This record gives sequence, C-alpha cells and structure tokens, in this order.
Amino acid sequence: MIVILDYGSGNLRSAQRAFETSGRQVVITSDYDVALNADGLVVPGVGAFAACMKGLTDIRGDHLVRERISLKRPTLGICVGMQILFARGVEHGDHKGVGVWDATVEELDAPILPHMGWNTVQADPASHLFKGIEQESFYFVHSYAVKKKVGALSTMAHHGEDFLAAVEDGAIAATQFHPEKSGDAGLALIRNWVSGL
Amino acid sequence: MSLSVRIIPCLDVTDGRVVKGVNFADLVDAGDPVEMASLYGREGADELTFLDISASVAGRETTLDVVRKTAEQVFIPLTVGGGIRTVDDVDRLLRAGADKVSINTAALARPELIAEIADRFGSQVLVLSVDARRARTDSGFEVTTHGGRESAGVDALAWVEKACALGVGEILLNSMDADGTRAGYDIGMITAVRAVSRVPLIASGGAGSLEDFAAALDAGADALLAASVFHFGVHRIGDVKKYLSGHNYSVRNAPTS
Repeated sequence: MIVILDYGSGNLRSAQRAFETSGRQVVITSDYDVALNADGLVVPGVGAFAACMKGLTDIRGDHLVRERISLKRPTLGICVGMQILFARGVEHGDHKGVGVWDATVEELDAPILPHMGWNTVQADPASHLFKGIEQESFYFVHSYAVKKKVGALSTMAHHGEDFLAAVEDGAIAATQFHPEKSGDAGLALIRNWVSGL
Repeated sequence: MSLSVRIIPCLDVTDGRVVKGVNFADLVDAGDPVEMASLYGREGADELTFLDISASVAGRETTLDVVRKTAEQVFIPLTVGGGIRTVDDVDRLLRAGADKVSINTAALARPELIAEIADRFGSQVLVLSVDARRARTDSGFEVTTHGGRESAGVDALAWVEKACALGVGEILLNSMDADGTRAGYDIGMITAVRAVSRVPLIASGGAGSLEDFAAALDAGADALLAASVFHFGVHRIGDVKKYLSGHNYSVRNAPTS
C-alpha cells in the first residue's frame, strides 16, 4: 500500500489517481501509524514553505519522515514536499525544515518566476527514477529551489540557473516537479519509484 | 534544453457541457468536457483550461464534477476560471482537482481577493485573466468586462502591475479586439504587458495561422492559449508543436514525422 500524506495541502486526489496507475492501492491519510507502515509514503506539498512545514509538524510528519528514513522505508517528497525536507527555507522569512539534507531552499535567479511549465532534466545514467525517461520533460511550478547537489544521486535542471530537480538518496527520494502532472513521463517515473518499493 | 513553450486549449463549459461546438470526427460525444480534455491530453496539450460560463449555482456544481472526473483521467495541469468570487470558491475547485484558478471580474471589483488567495494557497495557483482592448488610456490598453463589451475604467498595464504586486502567479492576457478574428494575437499588447511583469504570460485571442503562434512568443509570451482553431481542427496541437519546433522554439513532444 502507498500512503499520500494528508496535511492540508492542495490537490491530493489527482496524486492519488496518478499513483494508482501503478496498480498499487493508494490511501490518503494523516494517520501516523498507517503512514509509518505503508510500503511507500508520498509527501506532497503546495504553497509557501513555512505554511507547509507547519502543516507537516502539526501531524508530526517531520518525525514520521525521520522514522521512515531510519527504518529504510521508501519516502517520496514532491514540490514543496521536497523543499521542506531540507534544513532551511528562506521564502518569506527564515524557516527550519525537516533537515534530511543540509541545504537551503532559495529563490531562483531567473527573469520570469514562477518557473512554470515543462522542462527537461540532466538525468544521471545511474538514476532509477528517470530510467527510460531521461530525455522527457516534467511539469514544474515553483520559484524557490536548492541550488546544489545533495545525497547519493542528484538530478539538476535549469531555469535562469542550475537547480536541484530530484534527489535519490537511499530510501528517500524527492522531485521538485510534479510527476502526477507530468503526463506519461510522470506516470513512468511513478512506476519506477513504485517498482523499488 | 530550456523551459518549453506551453500550448493550452481552452474549453468553455456550461452546465457540464462544452459550448462553442467542437468539430472532431473521432469523438463519441463532442460536448463532453472530460472526453475533450482527455483527447487534448493525448494530442500533446501542455495544460488545459476550463472556463465555466454557467449562469446558475447548479451549473457551477456540475463544473466541480467535470473537474473531478477530468483530474482523475488527465495527468496534466488543469486551470479553471469563471465565477470565482471567494477564497472558498478556490478551495472547492482545488479540492475537486484543479491545479490553478483564473480570476477576472471579482479581482477588479475587490483587488484584495488576489492577496487573500495567494496567501492561502500560494501565488502559483492564481492566474489573473485580463480582458483588454486598445483604448485612449495612459498605456493605450484598457481592461474590459462583460466579454469586452464594457470598459472597466482601468488602464490594462496599471492593473497588471497592481495585480502582480498583490501576488498573482501568472497572467492570461486576452485581446478582446483580436478574439475570434483568427487574424493574429495583439502583438503590441503582449509586448507592453511583458515589459511591466515578470510572471509567466499566456497570450490569448486571435490565433489563426501557425506564424501567429511564433509571433506571440517573439513578443514575450511564455504560453499560448487558443480555443476555436483547435476545436474546429484548423490546427491540431501537434501541427503547432511541429511548426514551432522546426523554428527552434523549445516544445515538449513535438511530432517528428
């Protein structure tokens, strides 16, 4: 079973349907134990860093993510659900994140923001998430991002400057783009992630 | 590679049906918005826009259902506009499966609505739809209401600047002069709005020839919205992408054959 973590964040229904295309059962819940014991946990997220982080900590989602990492249980952060995994975010003030990786989420230096639309990524040949879809485009909607590589395997993209589009680091992975909104390429990425559960 | 140009078909929906007929032989039910959305998704649309023109509360409820069904089948971004007055209206649409909402009249009547929506859901969900035409205002462009029939008494560029300061994440610029003419986008208007804003700009109104799409991009548009040229099969989405790709614009999934 896959859990999509419900902590008051946006359009979860289409995420649920997109992950269901993998053939797995997908449940939307904020229940700690159900989320802890799921085969895979998806941490979605839209809106501002601080609001998202508050929603997460209100349901002890920060503990949940750390506990799943220590138990080596697969967890996937999406968009702001990726951003709050970092140590720090500077959107509307200076805020602490979950701290899985030591990096800061900062505003992109680009003429047009948000970075909104379909962009390609510089996928590493060793990537499991991007296997078979290395040349595809994915749907991004964000103004902030991490600008350096972290963890075991980083995938960068470019908008104004290079930024982190995805991380694969043991049991935890994250994408700055929305796989659930990235058409067939996004569904293929979801299947890749699910195949590793 | 870089960020791709987005091609966005727009469907006018009332009481759960597509209006402004759609002329595709391969549709079972050309009036069904879910089936149309699905077809455009398969044809390579980068996003979809529903404009709800229902006049009744029941009609708007039906639209929520259409959004729900579409979001369950079509895994590309969906924007919904029409009749949004409050933060709660936005919440209902996002929960039904919309990724973005576009607001127009309600923001003109009460600009604070922009900040209220952006504060609650983030700027990225909020598209400001501007129905503008050429007029003797400061910038030479004014905002209209009632489908372009009446002046809103607001200069278009001043309105765009104000709305950006309040927190819109994107601008949908509809030229009411060019709308429906298929004589080309209003290039001067796109250039002028681009110069005063740094959020993504969607050009709308006037798309006719393939060259028209390229001209709007050259003027600074990031995305191209069109209705009738797609609905009536004047161009398929793949034709536009193939043309743009052939002219060195970055597009997603351009047909190669």
